[in-house]
Amino acid sequence: MNNDRYELNKNLAQMLKGGVIMDVTTPEQAKIAESAGACAVMALERIPADIRAAGGVSRMSDPKMIRGIQEAVSIPVMAKVRIGHFVEAQILEAIEIDYIDESEVLSPADDRLHIDKTKFAVPFVCGAKDLGEALRRIAEGAAMIRTKGEPGTGDIIQAVRHMRMITGEMARLQALPEEELYNAAKELAAPYDLVKYVHDHGKLPVVNFAAGGLATPADAALMMQLGAEGVFVGSGIFKSGNPEKRAAAIVQAVTNYNDSQILAKLSEGLGEAMVGINEQEIQLLMAERGK
Amino acid sequence: MNIGVLAVQGAFIEHERCLQQLGVTVSEIRKQEDLWQHTFDGIILPGGESTVMGKLIRDLGLYEPMLMLIKNGLPVFGTCAGLLLLAQQIDGGVGSHFACMDIAVKRNAYGRQLGSFTIQQEMKGLGVIPMVFIRAPYIETVGKKVPVLAEVDGKIVAAREDNMLVTAFHPEVTADLSVHRYFLGMVRNHSL
Repeated sequence: MNNDRYELNKNLAQMLKGGVIMDVTTPEQAKIAESAGACAVMALERIPADIRAAGGVSRMSDPKMIRGIQEAVSIPVMAKVRIGHFVEAQILEAIEIDYIDESEVLSPADDRLHIDKTKFAVPFVCGAKDLGEALRRIAEGAAMIRTKGEPGTGDIIQAVRHMRMITGEMARLQALPEEELYNAAKELAAPYDLVKYVHDHGKLPVVNFAAGGLATPADAALMMQLGAEGVFVGSGIFKSGNPEKRAAAIVQAVTNYNDSQILAKLSEGLGEAMVGINEQEIQLLMAERGK
Repeated sequence: MNIGVLAVQGAFIEHERCLQQLGVTVSEIRKQEDLWQHTFDGIILPGGESTVMGKLIRDLGLYEPMLMLIKNGLPVFGTCAGLLLLAQQIDGGVGSHFACMDIAVKRNAYGRQLGSFTIQQEMKGLGVIPMVFIRAPYIETVGKKVPVLAEVDGKIVAAREDNMLVTAFHPEVTADLSVHRYFLGMVRNHSL
């Protein structure tokens, strides 16, 4: 992957900022998401809540199903591959996917290594619970980072924990004297040049979104106020009572995340939110997959 | 000088940074009140997803007042999705947003993300500048009163009609400020 291509891939993530990326399983859902104001869609066979319920090994979606969604909408289409499964990624690149999510939602294919994303021309987004994890993914070639909030639960607590962890660690790095950066890189298990970048700029060198457990306009605005540059909403939309209305409300909440009057209006009469499961009630912590 | 930047979705912060480097005050436009609280010498419509921005300007009540400002001659600069917001025709159909600039535009004209590219090319009056195309549109045809400012491989990628300047590429993600300087020149001439 040449440097231009990596810049272009980071640039695409910049264009998605301030937007909502929605999980969809059919071309019809993709159209609903697009007309509700999604800035991109994530094409997958089952949304995380159903993956969780079904159990078993979860893999990349059928390329034919992804193509159907690519044909249905004009916005960028993303799809997931298993952690470390570079052949699934090669297949998605062959069908010209706009972004690959190397995702803990699917069953990991490699318990040690992530995909060497520098080998690909298409961009990757990866999850991170903390700064070290985020910088390791960026070193592997990720052009975008997202939190690893617990997918399919409708519980925001983990996304909040990851975002606060990352912003807190970045603030600490910024405050460190330069001579401590090498040691900080060692402790974070991350490359020195990326640690230095965060120290100098106070932010990641790529766009950072929130993902996992978002179910309401308030959840989306919370993550934006905590420093997310945009949000992924998975099960929260199509597991709710009125997907169109909820999707449109979340889109507006991300734009005006600081305006409580607008947020109050947007939160009215959305019907039933996804039921959700609490963090303590789940058997499987997907965020623990891949580090 | 105060430039309003439409900040409903997309790469608006990048534009704000360019303007700040040029010593210009910036106000974000996220909701209707933002239009009443400031006076603008010009407006920037940034890159992002045009479907999202087109929906949000309507949902947030920005469509009518912004259209009035543009029609009354306020200088406006649209990049990529911003170009689509201004175009009279999109993909052969009738433009579905402000539709005030006499250009016909093809969306995602270079295909998906694998078709995105960077090139050094001449823009009229500015010399050779870096042009970054991200899932970009191009302009298929322009009206008689719309001078073409740049072409790449025979496709129009920058044009101007009176107070409206558009580029299919993203000067805001490069370190080159010449297109923003050109726009601020339009703003100064307008306020004279």
